[in-house]
Amino acid sequence: MSGPSPAFRSAVALRDDALAGKLRVAEIVEETLARVARTEPTIDAFLHVDADGARARAEELDRRVAAGEASGRLFGVPIAVKDNICTRSMPTTCGSRMLEGYLPPYDAHVVERLLAEGAVLIGKTNCDEFGMGSSTENSAFKPTRNPHDPTRVPGGSSGGSAAAVAAGVVPLALGTDTGGSIRQPASLCGVVGFKPTYGAVSRRGLVAFASSLDQIGPFGASVLDVAHLASALAGHDPHDSTSAAFEPPDYASLLSRSVDGLRLGVHEDFLEKIKDAGVKERLRAAVRQLRDAGARIVRLDDLDFLTRVGIPTYYLVATAEASANLARYDGMRYGPREEAADLAATYARTRGARFGDEVRRRILLGTFALRAGHKDAYYERACKVRRLVQRAFAAAFERVDLMIGGTSPVAAFPLGRNVTDPVTMYRCDALTVPASLAGLPAASVPCGRTAEGLPVGLQILGPPRADAEVLSCASAFEQLSGRFGDLAPLAVEAAAEGDDA
Amino acid sequence: MSGAAYESVIGLEVHVQLATRTKLFCGCLNVYGADANTNVCSVCTGQPGALPVLNGFALELAVRAGLALGCAIASRTKFDRKNYFYPDLPKGYQISQLERPVNGEGSLRFVNEAGEERVVRIARAHLEEDAGKTMHPDGDRSSLVDLNRAGIPLLEIVSAPDLRTPQEAYRYLTELKRRLRYARVSECDMEKGSLRCDANVSIRPAGATELGTRTEIKNLNSFRNVERALAHEIERQTAVVEEGGSVVQETRTWREDEERTETLRSKEEAEDYRYFPDPDLPEFELEEERVDAIRAALPEMPDVKRARYVGSLGIPEATADVLTADRDAAEWFDACVAALPDGGDAKGVANAVTGVVLALANDQGVSIADLRLTPERLVEVVGLVDDGTISRQAARKVIAELDAGDEAPAEVVERLGLAQVSDEDALGATVDEVIAAQEKVVEDYRGGNENALNALVGGVMKATKGKANPQLARELLIRRLGGAGG
Ligand SMILES: [Zn+2]
Repeated sequence: MSGPSPAFRSAVALRDDALAGKLRVAEIVEETLARVARTEPTIDAFLHVDADGARARAEELDRRVAAGEASGRLFGVPIAVKDNICTRSMPTTCGSRMLEGYLPPYDAHVVERLLAEGAVLIGKTNCDEFGMGSSTENSAFKPTRNPHDPTRVPGGSSGGSAAAVAAGVVPLALGTDTGGSIRQPASLCGVVGFKPTYGAVSRRGLVAFASSLDQIGPFGASVLDVAHLASALAGHDPHDSTSAAFEPPDYASLLSRSVDGLRLGVHEDFLEKIKDAGVKERLRAAVRQLRDAGARIVRLDDLDFLTRVGIPTYYLVATAEASANLARYDGMRYGPREEAADLAATYARTRGARFGDEVRRRILLGTFALRAGHKDAYYERACKVRRLVQRAFAAAFERVDLMIGGTSPVAAFPLGRNVTDPVTMYRCDALTVPASLAGLPAASVPCGRTAEGLPVGLQILGPPRADAEVLSCASAFEQLSGRFGDLAPLAVEAAAEGDDA
Repeated sequence: MSGAAYESVIGLEVHVQLATRTKLFCGCLNVYGADANTNVCSVCTGQPGALPVLNGFALELAVRAGLALGCAIASRTKFDRKNYFYPDLPKGYQISQLERPVNGEGSLRFVNEAGEERVVRIARAHLEEDAGKTMHPDGDRSSLVDLNRAGIPLLEIVSAPDLRTPQEAYRYLTELKRRLRYARVSECDMEKGSLRCDANVSIRPAGATELGTRTEIKNLNSFRNVERALAHEIERQTAVVEEGGSVVQETRTWREDEERTETLRSKEEAEDYRYFPDPDLPEFELEEERVDAIRAALPEMPDVKRARYVGSLGIPEATADVLTADRDAAEWFDACVAALPDGGDAKGVANAVTGVVLALANDQGVSIADLRLTPERLVEVVGLVDDGTISRQAARKVIAELDAGDEAPAEVVERLGLAQVSDEDALGATVDEVIAAQEKVVEDYRGGNENALNALVGGVMKATKGKANPQLARELLIRRLGGAGG
């Protein structure tokens, strides 16, 4: 084999070669599985790898090529799926002992779409239990490590997906974002992550954490790859009542090379007030690059409250919804049951033993926020503030086309550092939850590394349904920065080994 | 018991299963009596990641019910989650409506046991999903859950506390059921669980305006039991108060076998359901045009139907009441009227339906709609009576035969030889024989006794084994004997 090894190439290149018959899907899959085997001992990105399924799928796709019937936007592209997205061919545990061994009776809508576009599902990636966390350390099974520095976290909750892409294992992966769970790990792992407008992608088959915030989105090494996957995922689904009734355009064909004249809003909370000097420096440099390329940088001074109210508002809304969404895990119909003397004790034992600390903490918080006598002060007040956040963004987007700033106030932190301090952990989401509360499309693109070599992500936010504009700006920035897939040294090593073989 | 000293205040919560083809939020069938857990899917078993989608027809039926009960239909409506744990509740919450029910205030009009017209306010009627069914097999420590019923669309109709006696509660339920059946919202069959009722009751000194402490009675499986349980509960509360005690707010269950209510759970154990808007089902608008279209298609309601029967068909009020008491009878009669030729005898048909057909159905213990006899055939039979082919008495036999087989009315008449003798020559000879044989009666008649004529007609009928056309026999007798008192 000549040239770079298959899994290290872009999804678009792999697809084109597979469709043209230049590269057999079986080869792509074997290379991917070999890469999994080499990287997993270090990063632990996967909860389940479906080698047999992927090989069978490759055979099927190669037969289609031979028969001249091959087609699909993601044909032959290996994709990893976050473990809170239902797959009938693989267990779906959400990183929880509560769903240990659970095999869903159906595929999520997005999985159906991936398969229809010719993708190959490689496995299920690790995550914080039920998506609740910012470091993937809340997985009941194992922590995932950052490929850039295996002593550090990959971010979360979609840490496994971000790490798998950053390590060059797969060119694309699916994550889910409730308060930043795609963007923050993308930032910490140096890859591109995108949270579409709420409702652009069907949630059917996404195991709910907070239904009014949850959204599925792509990870990739480049904006072009991410745009392809984002287009494949988006579109109306009549089986999801919150699915938007609009047909999104083909994002990949709309990617721009220019930011000339683009009005980009910046608020100090998202940049100048960031305490981590290394992170701030990279973000400042990114803003300079954009300004130099012709973008008009507009200071937004009146959005202070976004970051001030963002965290409490988000944690009240999300935990209230979670307290109901997670009520179905009672050991009665599926999942393991901890038998006890009577019904109440069986519920208590099953839920007490099978949910992790963070999940129980959030269920309690949400249950409290909805209790009679407290609902007005907590849940309902949070819903009101949420509407104010939406209005504040709407006002801001009258003056600017998009907003830019940091994705995470910090770079990847060492494993174990924040585990016992939930509030510090929650603050990791300060810059990502505002867009979640307003249902906005938002991307994180790599914008360089700190002195310690840790990636930093630039967040780009747009008004609702401006998914194409956000991706287009991300693409233009990617061109300016010259960083196509800021992959980890680990991935580079693995690629070199692959080439030697 | 000092019945006059206390007044009871009753409110009813009625759940009816909507007659949809599928469940409220998924495509599973809404049918009664299927094998356990055969009408289930990822949505109604609460699988992770499954999402609800509202059944548009269930919404339409809910609106239809609202219109039938004179409710204010909401312009915007939404669903809320009612949170509680139970093994037959797959998601750990029930999707219901708290803040913006489909139907707001309405009213129900009926005549109470004292013959007074009563108007009882309806507070609201909202959509919600049913839970599954838990079974506890004998001699087994485990329980079984059947989720076929989980997700079946229910309309919960809550009355204001406007009812004053158990008899009124019975009549309210009867009228509610009648209107909902007319609107084809639900079959309202308590035996099959498509109508369920809980009752709230309190007592207060007669004339007081403040409400007393109420109890809620569950496990009421028939309208009669609602009436009985309320009567017993009122008696119990009255005794408690008269002994100087006070009524405790609680939920009680009706023990039919022992004819009493007993405590199920007290208020302290009442749950906080932590209602909040279901984020999977965004609030939506009920467009006026949509409501108008449902209103336009609303089946004719019983009061309107009755007025039409009396007004344009000339049917006596008492007969119209019988015909409209139940939807099936009224619709069966409507089908007869549709089959009636121009100028046909609607009154005769109405009498046949109320006098013969309903009795036939009653004898068989089935609904009139399930008879083999068809409205078209009945119209033919009434036509045979009107043109003198058969007597009214013979018509009864024909109708019974028609319901037992597939013959046409004329065939039955022929086979059983039921055709009347309407031929003057044939009947004349018999009339002469009767006059000759009953001299005494003839004399009475001539003496001015009108009843004697009836005896003579009876004689002719007897001599012809009932086949004589009585009208003709009477005419021939009068012609031969001259007018009464001649
Ligand atoms: Zn179902």
